[in-house]
This record gives sequence, structure tokens and C-alpha cells, in this order.
Amino acid sequence: MALDRLTGENSVVFTRSEQLLDLARRHSLWYLMFGIACCAIEMMHAGGPKYDFDRFGIFHRGSPRQSDVMIVAGTVNKKMAVSLKTLYEQMPEPKWVLAMGACACTGGPFRDYPNVILGVDEIVPVDVYIPGCPPRPEALQNGFLELQKAIKRRAEERVDAGRGEDRG
Amino acid sequence: MAEHDDVREPVLIAEGASAPAGLPKGLRRVPRGVDEFATEHLIVNMGPQHPSTHGVLHVLLELDGEEVVAAEASLGYLHRGLEKLSEHRRYHQIGTLLDRADYLSGVHTELAFARALESMMEIEVPARARWLRSLLCEITRLSSHLVWMGTFGMDIGAMAPFLYILRDRDAVLDVLEEITGARMMFNYVRPGGVLYDITPKAEQMMLEFLDRFESTYLPEYHDLLTGNEIFRARVRDIGVIDRDTAVAFGLTGACLRGSGVAWDVRKERPYAAYGELDFDIPSGSKGDCWDRYMVRMEEIRVAGGLARDLLDGMPEGPYMAKVPKVLRPPEGEAYASVESPRGELGVHVVSDGSDKPTRMRLRPPSYFNLAVIDEILPGHMIADVVAVIGSIDIVLGEIDR
Repeated sequence: MALDRLTGENSVVFTRSEQLLDLARRHSLWYLMFGIACCAIEMMHAGGPKYDFDRFGIFHRGSPRQSDVMIVAGTVNKKMAVSLKTLYEQMPEPKWVLAMGACACTGGPFRDYPNVILGVDEIVPVDVYIPGCPPRPEALQNGFLELQKAIKRRAEERVDAGRGEDRG
Repeated sequence: MAEHDDVREPVLIAEGASAPAGLPKGLRRVPRGVDEFATEHLIVNMGPQHPSTHGVLHVLLELDGEEVVAAEASLGYLHRGLEKLSEHRRYHQIGTLLDRADYLSGVHTELAFARALESMMEIEVPARARWLRSLLCEITRLSSHLVWMGTFGMDIGAMAPFLYILRDRDAVLDVLEEITGARMMFNYVRPGGVLYDITPKAEQMMLEFLDRFESTYLPEYHDLLTGNEIFRARVRDIGVIDRDTAVAFGLTGACLRGSGVAWDVRKERPYAAYGELDFDIPSGSKGDCWDRYMVRMEEIRVAGGLARDLLDGMPEGPYMAKVPKVLRPPEGEAYASVESPRGELGVHVVSDGSDKPTRMRLRPPSYFNLAVIDEILPGHMIADVVAVIGSIDIVLGEIDR
């Protein structure tokens, strides 16, 4: 193992448990298989053989109770918003939300219609916004990489707060 | 029977009446045939989040054990006012919205809208544009059917075909991107013609894909699904729509052809280049999930052949007619329909002479096709529900609009 070569065999590594857990968390982001509209097709392609999200540990699950990430892929209207919130509440902590596409970010081309929610952040807290209509699978991939960075940052901030330091 | 004499008559609880004590909410007793034991019916909500509902379909299922007694689709989870928004857009802006109606095959909706406008404004479409339209229609039909095949397989329990179709659909999308500049939302078919001409590179990519598709991919699908014993057992004699029911419910597309009616808009009311092409309309006989599956698999093959013919016989010339910058169709109305991968997709436009339509209505094929589940689901086991819904091939974007 690479770590062994750095520190010598049978060495002991000290780390914060939260940092170790977040390392694991950000490399196995299982997303909820929940497509609403057009973006869901690109989400499907992202999981397919060409873009192969599995290599980042990103994989789909059918049940919200087994998922870490919710990708809101499509237009959310008032009827859907109720179900969306229920699904979000069913997911175990820690959980993250990716707003995929213009509709989930702002309402997109349909924002003039009164039935459409102007951005999914009115219902659930959003961690990463992915622009595009629909975003290409590469864009979704970039969104996931940003989310991984955000998780890492959060872990560092928490450690700093524990030390009483401020990284500024 | 003597020992059973004391069994209480099962009671049907009327709507709004209170249930007898001890019966959980949502359960009711109804008479059951073979023995005297009453079973309680359970109402299950399938969707809107369910991997097999192909989007945000919500089906209310009334179950007697594992058997479906009644089924009702609840719609509106993706209602985003396409038709109403169109009344507030100029004609050339509407294509953007229509792409998002049937998001698996945007070209067909664009084409129906463009044809309605062209018939109102009496625009003559150049021959090359008509052939390019047909070519795009056939490529998107192929890619749309691929998604259907993969998800249908996944509903039945076969994960592998889904990964295969994603590999192949990415190849199709690369071709489409080369032609139109977009993977999904093309806005390629404009009133009067098409946006871009086909490039030699796109033509070559298309031919390479078709070679691989016909020699390798299509036989692979048939090996994976058609020859699969489990798959056959799951779809044969399931979800039978007989000829009369299919016609009565206004089904179109593969759902109608699976029931033995060889009706296709491409043949009955030829548009684009279809009048000049020679092709088969595959049809089934019984109308079960297997027939619908076979009809669509044949359509994939026919679409590949048609794309090849269209590339071979592509006429030279302009690809866009001379149309004014701002479209103002004369007062009146027009309806035009195309054969989308799901059936007859029609657009009805009413104009008052201004640059925005007074009313625009879509005739979404999935909406009519979905209506038939109320009729055919009762009597099936709950595991067959996903097979039936999968075989109908719905896109919620055009159902809710």
C-alpha cells in the first residue's frame, strides 16, 4: 500500500474520526435513482458505460433510505414538491442535494408558469447547482467533484473549529 | 359447510362511511369468490418515485393479495404548462418548449409543429430539408426505442441490456450532436426546413454506427432479451390489449400495431420524405407485452434501414426555404401529426394573425396509450404491473405537458 511506503510498515496513523468518515463518504456517494424530467436521461447516461460514474464510487440506489445524494433532475412543480420533500426527509444524514439543470436551479424555461417552483432550493437545501438544459454528463460529473470538494472542506472546517483555529 | 355457518357476510364499506372497528384505515372488505373468507383490499401508491414508472408517474393500485383489482394513473407531477406558455412565446421560440415535451425524441414534436405552421403559411419545404427531417426522425426513433428497450428489460429484471443500450445510445447521440449541435434538445427542425445541413463527417459517423448496429448490436439485444427464457415467461400473455380495445381507447404507435392494426401515420398520411420511401410496418397479432416488444424491436431494425436509405438518396439543394424573420401565419388553424416513437403526435395551432399563437395543443400519444392501463391491469399480479407499464412506453413530459 502507498501509505505503508510513506510511513513504514506497521505504522500508526492518527486522524480525526470525522475526517476519516468524510473520506469514506465522499468516495461512495450513492445517489437516489429519481428522475423527474429531461435531465434524468442525461443522468442515466452519466451512469452508463461511457461516463461510468461507478469509478468514482457514485452509484444509483432505488430507495431514499439507502442514498446519500439526491439529484433533482428536472422541473419541480407544486404537486411534485410535496413528494420531493418527503423523499428528502426519508434520506439518512448526512445527505446532499444536487440541483441538476436550469429547472432545478431557477425554474428554467418554464419559470413563467405559476405551477413551477422557481428553483428547488425553495424546498430543500441545495449543495451544488449544475447549469445547463440539460447539463451534459460531464457537467454532472463536475458537479459531483465539486460536491466531493465541499465535503472535504466541511470536514477541515470542523476540525479547525475543534482546534479553535480559523483558517481564514 | 355447517362449521362455517357462523361466518359473517363480508360487507362493502361505502365511500365516506366509517370502517368497522379494528380495520386499519385504507383497508376495506369486499366479497371474494371461491371461499367464504373475505380478504381486505389494500391501496398501494406506486410512484411518483419508483424506478419502473419511467419518470414521475403515480399509479394507485387496489390490491387483493397480489392481484390487482383496480388501477388508476394519477398525473400532473410534471405539469409545466407547455401549451399555455406557448401562447406567450413567438412562433420561433416555441420549438424550445416542444423539445422538452417528449424529451426522448424532440425532433418529432418540432416537426409536427413546423408542419402545422407550414400548412398555415403555405411554405414549400425543399426536398433536401424533407429528407433531412426524415433522417433525424429515424435516428431519434432508434435512440428512443433503445431507451425503451433498456428500461423495459430493467423492469422485468434484466440489468445488462440497459448498460448495452447506453453504450449504443451514446454513439447515436454523438451522431446527433454532430448534425444538430445538441445531444437532446435539438431545436433543429424549423418552419421552412432544418437548421443545418448534414456534414460529411456526420454522414460517415452515421454509416459507421449503422454498420456496427446491424452487425453486432442488434443481434446482441436479441441474444440478451428476445432469447431469454425468463423474459419470455414474464411478457407472454401479459397485458393483452385486444384489437377493439386498442381502437376504442385511441391507441397509436406500437401499442396499436402490437394489437394487429398496421396503422402508421408515416404510411396513412405521409409527411417529410416518407411518401418516397419503401418500408415495412411491423405489426403483432395478440396484443400482449411480447407483441409490443417485437413490434418495437422490428421498428429499430426498420429505422436503421431507413436511415441508410435516406443517406443514400439524399437530394441536393437548399435545406431551408425562404421564410420571414418573424412568423405571422394568417388567421386560421391547422393540425399536423407525425409518427413519434410512441404513436401519433399531433400539434394543433390556432392563429389570430399575430406573431404568437392564440392556442396551441399537443396530442401526446403516451397520454392516450397510458389511459388503457385502467382497462388491462385488473386481474394481473402486482409484478406484472411494471411489465405492462413498461411495454406501453410512456414519457411523462408529454403526458403532463
